[in-house]
Amino acid sequence: MTKTRASGRTVGGLRTLFLQAPAVTLLLLWMIVPLGMTLWFSFQYYNLLMPDMAGFAGVENYQYLLTDPALWKAMGNTLLLVGWVLAITVIGGTLLAVLFQQDFAGRGIARVLAISPFFVMPTVSALVWKNMMMHPSNGVLSWLFESVGLPALDWFSALPLTSIVIIVAWQWLPFALLILLTAMQSLDEDQVEAARMDGAGPVAIFFFITLPHLKRAISVVIMIEMIFLLTIFAEIFVTTSGGPGLATTNLAYLIYIRALLDFDVGTASAGGVIAIILANIVAIFLVRMVAKNLED
Amino acid sequence: MTTLSSKTAAPRSASGWRSAQAKRAMITVLGWSVALVIFFPIFWMILTGFKTETAAIADPTLIFSPTLESYQAVQARSGYTRFALNSVAVAFGSTFFALLIAIPCAYAMAFLPTKRTKGTLLWMLSTKMLPSVGVLVPIYLIFRDVGLLDTRTGLIIVYTLMNLPIVVWMLYTFFKDMPKDILEAGRMDGASTLQEVCFLLLPLTLPGIASTGLLSVILSWNEAFWSLNLTTSSAAPLTAYIASFSSPEGLFWAKLSAASTMAIAPILILGWMTQKQMVRGLTFGAVK
Repeated sequence: MTKTRASGRTVGGLRTLFLQAPAVTLLLLWMIVPLGMTLWFSFQYYNLLMPDMAGFAGVENYQYLLTDPALWKAMGNTLLLVGWVLAITVIGGTLLAVLFQQDFAGRGIARVLAISPFFVMPTVSALVWKNMMMHPSNGVLSWLFESVGLPALDWFSALPLTSIVIIVAWQWLPFALLILLTAMQSLDEDQVEAARMDGAGPVAIFFFITLPHLKRAISVVIMIEMIFLLTIFAEIFVTTSGGPGLATTNLAYLIYIRALLDFDVGTASAGGVIAIILANIVAIFLVRMVAKNLED
Repeated sequence: MTTLSSKTAAPRSASGWRSAQAKRAMITVLGWSVALVIFFPIFWMILTGFKTETAAIADPTLIFSPTLESYQAVQARSGYTRFALNSVAVAFGSTFFALLIAIPCAYAMAFLPTKRTKGTLLWMLSTKMLPSVGVLVPIYLIFRDVGLLDTRTGLIIVYTLMNLPIVVWMLYTFFKDMPKDILEAGRMDGASTLQEVCFLLLPLTLPGIASTGLLSVILSWNEAFWSLNLTTSSAAPLTAYIASFSSPEGLFWAKLSAASTMAIAPILILGWMTQKQMVRGLTFGAVK
């Protein structure tokens, strides 16, 4: 009896292993091989334009990168971009989730319209904003500004980073809204009703019932957005190409410049390692949170 | 929808009812204004696609005579279909392979769990956290050396692996929701694992598999980092094709709009249909 059960378990274990093997092996390769290569390159002299200069570079790539003012400018831009977009999308998303939770005529359609930007490919949203919205003479925003007597604004040369923030926030606000609306559905209506009976106003209900209920969903939104926002690329690529100067170059764009425009594989890889470390700091918290959720 | 509103039904007096109605009207106006403002750039893009190039850069107006000439021009001058076909091939190809690899894996995790299952799931999630830009250089060099640059196969490989963790994770949550007794009964009747999967599991979890597949299609269709860096012309999907409008060609707003509308329309509709599953997949089940 015990024997069959034990062998059954081994067979089951083997079967599990066999069924999971393709997915696990592929993901392992996908992770380890490029990661290992990035790490290896980051300690090498490796420039595709200078094939003669090769060999072990020690920490020179990192030294070169860390003393390059462009890196710090790019780091600053990355943080500003992430910070502002997070602030706008999380605060805006929470308020909108409360609004779209209310019952009103045509709510379903209004919700669908409001989450739509999230499904638009990044190159399309960036170019629609750059041309039709923010163009200094023919854009809708300039037309609006002029019709209320304000001077038209050349968005991408006057406020380059702000323009990128607006575009990216427009794409991610619907994401925050979508997640928070879903979380809102599990809000206990009886509790809200009871609070209202006790004389709590809408503001008190928001701060003492809704917000605590959304706490967890908000932190998930923050972490997932952070991981994506740390490496925003396409929006910068099609609008400003990182300029004017370095005004809109973030870490991802800097690595791209170093790798595919300067062909400096070594420095680009060192930049890649820095990006990976930054992302991992966020990832640790997210994974821990999901793990906790897996328990229950 | 009105039957749900216990709030509006609660006030008993006539004036209370009236103020509740006024509040509801205000919320309706506010909700719709916000939704329309957010949607406006998409609306404007769709509209501009039906204008002539001259009308596109004129002062904003809702009154114009619609024309299909931009749609025809996009097709005639740049061969829109070629890019669209690349997008379709890459999005559906990668989704097919991701499902093929993920279904057995998720099946094992849900029905034959071991001590390591949870750890494996979390590890898969963590591979998704690796920023693409961190591995751009090695992937680019490997692809260059094996001739995968600017090929559909190359993009399919990248997207399959990119979406694999989400696909496994989502399928796992769907499989776990399935009643175990049914599979048990099948096993009693002597069904093999393969039969069990093909005749019991797949038909029963088809809706879940379909929405997982749709999410994977959406994510691949809209992916723009790898498509911009790994393709140049022959395998370029729509994300990369639209990016080509950022050059001087970007001056042609009507054509840009027509091309963009065609590029986003299918995904917008799929996105509307799969909102709920989207949340499940994108938050790895952390928000239900």
